[in-house]
Amino acid sequence: MPYPEKYRYAKSHEWLNVDGDSATVGITDYAQDSLGDIVFVELPKVGQQLEAGSTFGSVESVKAVSDLYAPVSGTVTEVNESLNSAPETINAAANDTWLIRMTVTNPDEANALLSAADYEKFVSEETGH
Amino acid sequence: MVDFGGWDMPVQYRGLIEEHMAVRTAVGLFDVSHMGDIQLRGPNSLAAVQRLLMNDASKLQTGQAHYSAMLYPNGTFVDDVVLHRLGDNDFLIVINAGTREKDVKWVRSVIGSMGGVHVMDVSDYYTQLAIQGPRAKETLQKLTKVDLTPIKNYWFTWGTVAGCHNVMIARTGYTAEDGFEIYIPADEPTSARVWGEVLEAGAEFGVQPCGLGARNTLRLEAAMALYGHEISETINVFEAGLGRYCKLEKGVDFVGREALVEVEKGGGPKRKLVGLEMVERGIGRDGYAVLSAAGERIGEITSGSPAPFLKKNIALAYVPAGYTEIGTEVGVEIRGQAVKAVVVPTPFYKRPKAAAQPVTAPLS
Repeated sequence: MPYPEKYRYAKSHEWLNVDGDSATVGITDYAQDSLGDIVFVELPKVGQQLEAGSTFGSVESVKAVSDLYAPVSGTVTEVNESLNSAPETINAAANDTWLIRMTVTNPDEANALLSAADYEKFVSEETGH
Repeated sequence: MVDFGGWDMPVQYRGLIEEHMAVRTAVGLFDVSHMGDIQLRGPNSLAAVQRLLMNDASKLQTGQAHYSAMLYPNGTFVDDVVLHRLGDNDFLIVINAGTREKDVKWVRSVIGSMGGVHVMDVSDYYTQLAIQGPRAKETLQKLTKVDLTPIKNYWFTWGTVAGCHNVMIARTGYTAEDGFEIYIPADEPTSARVWGEVLEAGAEFGVQPCGLGARNTLRLEAAMALYGHEISETINVFEAGLGRYCKLEKGVDFVGREALVEVEKGGGPKRKLVGLEMVERGIGRDGYAVLSAAGERIGEITSGSPAPFLKKNIALAYVPAGYTEIGTEVGVEIRGQAVKAVVVPTPFYKRPKAAAQPVTAPLS
């Protein structure tokens, strides 16, 4: 299973790992694989307010740019600065590489996201295999 | 797989960066069968080519090729091409995939009722494979008895390659590395077999099959034009910086010549293609706006990408005449922000000169 059971998933291919009233956000293995070699990550400032579904940054591979969308509403409390110099970490370990840490304003929003099994099904429908 | 001019083609095999680096440091194999081929034969074929293309084909010897272009009467591009002289009265024009139908129609319309020349679209006869990189020669040499060493850059010959007879072997490419393009029979079993044999031959040198992604980043590092980006029906030869391939004085009034003479008389083009290197963090991409230091929109990026070998973020862009000096500071608009970039010389990448042959003492 390429998608950890304990995470929740957005259809825009971010994962959310909730821990109490805070959470980390990363991109899924499917997202990193579709993008290819990731060479650039643009992350928000600590303190930035995020609305569920709003863009909070971008990930770029050699060939493509992909916006990052907040899976839930909250405030950015930490960004993974190591990705500025080593963005390829995301390709190597998408599940273990968080981009931002945030507070979760409304836990119900997390419940509305996909489970690992549903996300996997969503991806297989989207790719047609 | 992506659709590219009607062809299903992989953007990458193992990974774009790995493929790009293989071509710069070892060898890469590209399936470039999507490229089209138009053959012109007959006693008037040279006259036809001279009318059709901007470079001076009379300078080509049999077995030699050069970069050229077909132009509209206003001096903009129908397509850029590589012209091969197969014989005194026999020429092969290699064209882009996406422009094939338009090109064939254009060639027929320009040549029209000119007698003594026969135009054939032979695109479907060939599978074109490009073997590129510092180890390309060693790789291909394992598959042919033809001595590849004496073939000069932009020359070609014919020979048996991987059991296929009369294969055109050209020392050409789109990567800025040494390399060859071979034209083998288009049937699928033959193409697949030769593809496999090249990969096998190159295994000891670290060959990688390469997709469209690496093809694009390699040509961008070399600042080579791509149709629909740096050149198109709205961009003329001088704007694109391709004047050195355009022979206004070759003695034939080729299509587009008159308009280009007027451009020259008028003091040259109003905008020009330049190389940009990002100074601040950010990647300029195709279509992003180029800004003056004051933040005013002055131009547009035609191709922009991280450069895997140079490890810089580079771009080609059209800017007005006053902004073309090397060192000029400009901005690139990335998601609403002006990000600093600077005009740099092109090509961004030039392959190192081949190491001089070791000097050996005379035998006696």
